[in-house]
Amino acid sequence: MTKARIATLWLDGCSGCHMSFLDLDERLVEIAPLIDLVYSPVVDAKVFPENVDLTLVEGALANEEDIEKILKVRANTKLLVAFGDCAVTGNVPAMRNTFTVEEVLKRGYEDNATCNPGAPTKEVPKLERKVIPLHELVKVDLFIPGCPPKADVIFYVVSEILAGRMPDMSTRCRFGN
Amino acid sequence: MQTIKIDGITRVEGHGRITIQLDDEGMVEDAHLHVLQFRGFEKFCEGRPFYEMPSLTARICGICPISHLLAGAKAADAIMGLRIPETAEMLRRVVHLAQITQSHALSFFHLSSPDFLMGWDSNPAERNVLGLAAKHPDVAMDGIRLRKWGQEVIDLLGGRRIHTPWIVPGGVSQPLSVEHRDEILKGLPGALSIATRTLEFFRHMMEKLQDEVLTFGNFPSLFMATGRKDGNLCLYGSRRKHEGWLRFGDADGNILADNIHPRDYHQYIGEAVDEASYMKAPYYKPTGYPLGVYRVGPAARLNLARQCGTPLADEALNEFRRNYGNVTLSSFHNHYARLIEIVFAIERMQTILEQPAVLDKDVRAEAKANEAEGVGIIEAPRGTLIHDYRVDSNGMMISANLIVATAHNTLAMNRGLVQVARKYISGHEVTEGMLNRMEGLIRAFDPCLSCATHADGRMALEVEVLHPDGSLAGPAVRR
Repeated sequence: MTKARIATLWLDGCSGCHMSFLDLDERLVEIAPLIDLVYSPVVDAKVFPENVDLTLVEGALANEEDIEKILKVRANTKLLVAFGDCAVTGNVPAMRNTFTVEEVLKRGYEDNATCNPGAPTKEVPKLERKVIPLHELVKVDLFIPGCPPKADVIFYVVSEILAGRMPDMSTRCRFGN
Repeated sequence: MQTIKIDGITRVEGHGRITIQLDDEGMVEDAHLHVLQFRGFEKFCEGRPFYEMPSLTARICGICPISHLLAGAKAADAIMGLRIPETAEMLRRVVHLAQITQSHALSFFHLSSPDFLMGWDSNPAERNVLGLAAKHPDVAMDGIRLRKWGQEVIDLLGGRRIHTPWIVPGGVSQPLSVEHRDEILKGLPGALSIATRTLEFFRHMMEKLQDEVLTFGNFPSLFMATGRKDGNLCLYGSRRKHEGWLRFGDADGNILADNIHPRDYHQYIGEAVDEASYMKAPYYKPTGYPLGVYRVGPAARLNLARQCGTPLADEALNEFRRNYGNVTLSSFHNHYARLIEIVFAIERMQTILEQPAVLDKDVRAEAKANEAEGVGIIEAPRGTLIHDYRVDSNGMMISANLIVATAHNTLAMNRGLVQVARKYISGHEVTEGMLNRMEGLIRAFDPCLSCATHADGRMALEVEVLHPDGSLAGPAVRR
């Protein structure tokens, strides 16, 4: 039997959605033989591979590297899932949109610094002017709201997709909870 | 020419890059960690009511949201100028200990143990928790079950596993029911037996990990943690008892500064901007930057504690000290210290839950904003977490300063990277296993870069080796 090639990606979020994925607990071991986890913060793959069947994307798009990553993921993934409220709506990371990038950086690196004040400029990716949800940039095939989505919902989604069915999210989760 | 790039540090919580500077002979001169994400909580909380801050800042981190909920709630308690009910404090302690258990279990079993059990140089495609489940199913199941138990306790107390709305300014929102108390106590012996047998197996495994002890961040530095009046391990830090104040010690076990009230933290801690990282580099102010290196986290806490304060954990700590001394300088010992703290956490939970007062219904005090500033400090699983809020007369946020555990370790992580690089990189051939050791150094700190740039973070590790003139030295793409 061919294993499903599954990836998870963490962009501008808190990792809570990934933690909820780990909250599958013993069910992780149950689904392990059915999947190939080809890319994820919890495995050691360093390059996003080709021909991925399903990618769960946590987090919003906030900087230039997030944009590069989501484009690469979209190009190599059959089913791209906006995983959790930040990916679906922008949620908490998008709260910085009411301020300018300069104002936000000033607080962190000038007001709240006692030595070498000034925003970092070397090695770090440039922040986008606005934080946006995934579907503002790429086609999203399935939305899973929740902050984070519950483990049972994640299990349902993965199980349905492994069974070749498109999950019906209409009654299974809501924003925030 | 050689470029090494680890595009995505894995099995850590965050996104970052490492650069290594080589001298003319190809020897390691310097190494540096760059954290790549920024969110800006300190700014966008502006104008919001202070009582939203615990729930809002929980979204800094999905791994240890309880830490931010508690530090935020303590800062809010200070702004209200009140003492929370005793039972509320007991319940906050229990949920905190549950979080310590689940977060340490995640760090040890899910993220780091594949390196010890499968080997630094083992097949990277299998070197993860799922590979562990296939090769060492007993250990993997212990890890999954211990983390699960910690998460379930959080759920029983707070109604959900991640981002519970139950921890609030003034206490907690609901008392603990008898049924839930009993259910937690029912699962406790099982969790304790996982914790003690893991400690025992890791204690024996340490014999094979002496190179790691010697090189993974082994150097003199200062240490910081919060303290209790009795000198024992302090994780929550009771405002009622005026505990949880800051303490600094040196590498020889001397206490340099003690009983620093939370509101005075900035007299001792400075924050330097690192122009090549979104993570700032805090330093011990009396020494200055960049020499004022101090470390936080499990090993630092045990270095600064007289004892843990529970029987099994104290036995384990004494055993540890017989072998490694009263102050360990190796950050690799964080793994060992984490296991001791899990045992402590479970034992302590039991003693709290067995007190009848834990079921008392008075769990929340109310007040409006009575103070212009409030500082809340807690020992997060990774180390000391500081939330500092300023509000206007209506209790609306004027500004916030957050210093998270991982940031305190910035300077030490950089120094540790140099140490590991010097041990394992010489000249031109760079193996995957070597790069994994660089990541292993970072994993020993269990950094949460998500927290570290509150801000944001994920840390993907990319390693680049540079020649002295700054040009890249040679490709060895890590897969």
